[in-house]
Amino acid sequence: MTNEALRKDPYNIVITGVGGQGNVMASRVLANMLVRRGFRVTIGETFGMSQRGGSVMSHIRVSSAAVWSPQIPKGRADLVVALEPVEAIRVLADYGNPAVKSLVNMRPIYPVGVITGEADYPAPETIRKAVAALSETSCFLDATAEAIRLGNPILGNIIMIGAVARLGVLPVNRELFAAVIREGMPASRVEDNLRAFAIGAAAVA
Amino acid sequence: MSMDRGQREGDEVLLMGNEAIARGALEAGVQVAAGYPGTPSSEIIETLSRFAETGKLYVEWSTNEKVAMETAAAASFAGLRSLCVMKQNGVNVASDFLLHLAGSGTRAGMVLVTCDDPGALSSVNEGESRHFARLMEIPLLEPADFQEAKEMTRWAFTLSEEIRSIVMVRSVTRMSHASGNVILGALPPAARKAEFLCDGAVSDPERGPMISAPVIEKHRLQQEKIRKAAAIFEKSPFNAYSGPERPELLIITSSACRLYSLEAVSLLEAEDRVGILKLGTTWPLPPALLKRVLSTTEKILIVEEVLPFLEEQVKILAAEQVREIGVKTFYGKNDGILPMAGELNPDLVMAAVGRILGIDPPVLSSAYREKLRAFAGLAPRREQTFCPGCPHRASFWSIREALQRDGRGGFVCGDIGCYAMASLFPAAGFYTAKTLHAMGSGTGLASGFGKLGSFGMDQPVIAVCGDSTFYHAAIPALINAVHQNANIIFIALDNNGTAMTGFQSHPGIDVNAMGDASPMVDIAALCGAIGAKVVVGDPFALQETRETLNRLMEGQQGVKVLILKQSCALSPEKKGTKRYLMQVDDTLCRGDACGCNRLCTRIFRCPGLLWNREKKKAQIDEVICAGCGVCAGICPAEAIRCEEAAKS
Ligand code: SF4
Ligand code: SF4
Repeated sequence: MTNEALRKDPYNIVITGVGGQGNVMASRVLANMLVRRGFRVTIGETFGMSQRGGSVMSHIRVSSAAVWSPQIPKGRADLVVALEPVEAIRVLADYGNPAVKSLVNMRPIYPVGVITGEADYPAPETIRKAVAALSETSCFLDATAEAIRLGNPILGNIIMIGAVARLGVLPVNRELFAAVIREGMPASRVEDNLRAFAIGAAAVA
Repeated sequence: MSMDRGQREGDEVLLMGNEAIARGALEAGVQVAAGYPGTPSSEIIETLSRFAETGKLYVEWSTNEKVAMETAAAASFAGLRSLCVMKQNGVNVASDFLLHLAGSGTRAGMVLVTCDDPGALSSVNEGESRHFARLMEIPLLEPADFQEAKEMTRWAFTLSEEIRSIVMVRSVTRMSHASGNVILGALPPAARKAEFLCDGAVSDPERGPMISAPVIEKHRLQQEKIRKAAAIFEKSPFNAYSGPERPELLIITSSACRLYSLEAVSLLEAEDRVGILKLGTTWPLPPALLKRVLSTTEKILIVEEVLPFLEEQVKILAAEQVREIGVKTFYGKNDGILPMAGELNPDLVMAAVGRILGIDPPVLSSAYREKLRAFAGLAPRREQTFCPGCPHRASFWSIREALQRDGRGGFVCGDIGCYAMASLFPAAGFYTAKTLHAMGSGTGLASGFGKLGSFGMDQPVIAVCGDSTFYHAAIPALINAVHQNANIIFIALDNNGTAMTGFQSHPGIDVNAMGDASPMVDIAALCGAIGAKVVVGDPFALQETRETLNRLMEGQQGVKVLILKQSCALSPEKKGTKRYLMQVDDTLCRGDACGCNRLCTRIFRCPGLLWNREKKKAQIDEVICAGCGVCAGICPAEAIRCEEAAKS
């Protein structure tokens, strides 16, 4: 595979969401696409207790030369992909900087404290404003709604990966995605995933 | 996308640290692997189980870590390379056997992999297994990246055979659960045949009995092995120095901390001032190598997580050689420049290096920091809780109701598993769970509390215990409670699998780690056989469960067992399916006007049930709700409706 230059080395991606949204799957798919391109990739993840309704985060470091730490230093994300809107804000608070790009699925998953009325969940406009102010560019999608239309809300994660590919900041595309998905998934699920990817890509057009 | 049989030697693939360790064991020709599930170690045995094959590789989930180590040791004694795998506190469980195994020695290569969890990302302790290597006098290896995790595990078997001792490979969460590129090596073709040669003299390591006596002789022999390991480590490629010839500051580090150190130095642009000695063989330390590197500078920073394990040993070596290498200034844990609790990251290491060298770490512009301040606190906290449809929520709900009705201030002794959340996040267990310690300790504590009646304690005592934890460590405690006639209710929260760590099999399930049919050990039958009174129920039947509990509380002295059986919401048979379609009837939910004070959302707290602030009524979130139907039973106005979902 050709090893096209990165915009920055290492290029740092945070994929965030709530346990059960397919965060790990999304980070694996994206990382595998990049390994196929010839890059050295580190994914930093923790799973276990945090998956039970907690915030989850994958750190992806992409480099043409070296292995980087599984934790991105504070304030050093280049791209934030949020499967849940307030998680985008949480991650930007720690890893944001004036050059970061953000991609946000706007479907909220309410924390228990919000459900019970102990805490407030910010309005969508407030979230958009905060993300836009803390990012160089930002893009908001209704990935979960689209995924439900496709028949399975979990596909929201793949819609987001389709959107990442279309942003043009990483050398990944539909062909690479198809190759990775065909290798790692039962054939019966390939078609839905390809459609989800296409929906995500179209949303960033 | 992860490790599979289709991959070939020379392929460069993305592997999780744990998969890289498993691959290393396969490349070494491991034939028996045993472990007990525990985050962050579980994927090693899971990966190996996919490669299991009769006569080539046997893989098991043992009942606990001690049994896993014994299983692996038997294979080593019989001439097969073997592996045992556990998380940090699992080594505590296995340590009694480990002490004696270090004494008896091993035959075919035997490796212990432990995965520690600095920062307790998925543990209720920050235990350190590194100290066991020193305590038990066995060699310790620590990989610092993914490729090395594979190479080191493979080599650990060779070392084990060379010195006839078990070898410990220690990983951490940030290695085990991180992923990176790994170039695969060849898998060995031939499998060895098992035979335990045991007709020789006690002193014969090849054919003698495997025992730790005569103790003093065997102990000396073991120390001889450690000296031999130190000599081998002097030339090990797993130890490497990078940096200037005479650095202003020398960092000595190992494991994931090496990557943090490299990043910290790069962020400070201090590559020409700082050297990094990365150690892969961390016990015993190779003294000549240390002496050589320590001679190059006066300032030394030791970067490691949690306790100052490396730091203390480096200091001992430096003190012994002070005449030759000169006086040093040490930085690390003891002087407080790095924290002694919690995990490290590149930022903490950068701050420490910056302070020593007088470099200010780079910061974000003040305009950006201003914006961060403006939006601070916008994201509401996300507290962990049981999954929607989790049987534990229903069980604890009934426990709460029963304890309230009883009114004597009863409480629950918690244990390890998803249901530990009841102790960790009080609202998740409806403020009933009040203790949480080691695997099985809830039952042991309850047994003790249950004997305090003669001192005037009349609070009902309940122990909860998951199915996997039951087999692991609760059985001796439960037998104790029966024998001592302790007054307790023991609730087995049987959700049909080791849910917390990803549904590994255990003795209560009819398949083993390799997917083969295997005999089941029935919890109810076992409890009955030891003389406890046993009731079996469904936690989703709220009223019945509550009534049973109150009956047991009022009943006679002794151990009463209630087994609450209902599969985990994420179990393969349930995941993604809904038994019921739920709906809140707006005409019946009287919202804030109802005297229930929002019982459903404020107290019950299932994430599938929301409070609609505009309507001021409860509402089902159809994406999150798992359709278990339980909440229908808690609404006093019967506003939550459930309708049997059509089977697809
Ligand atoms: S994984 Fe299973 S046992 Fe654990 S919280 Fe979720 S539903 Fe409950
Ligand atoms: S039916 Fe009720 S209790 Fe069960 S998952 Fe849905 S909202 Fe939660």
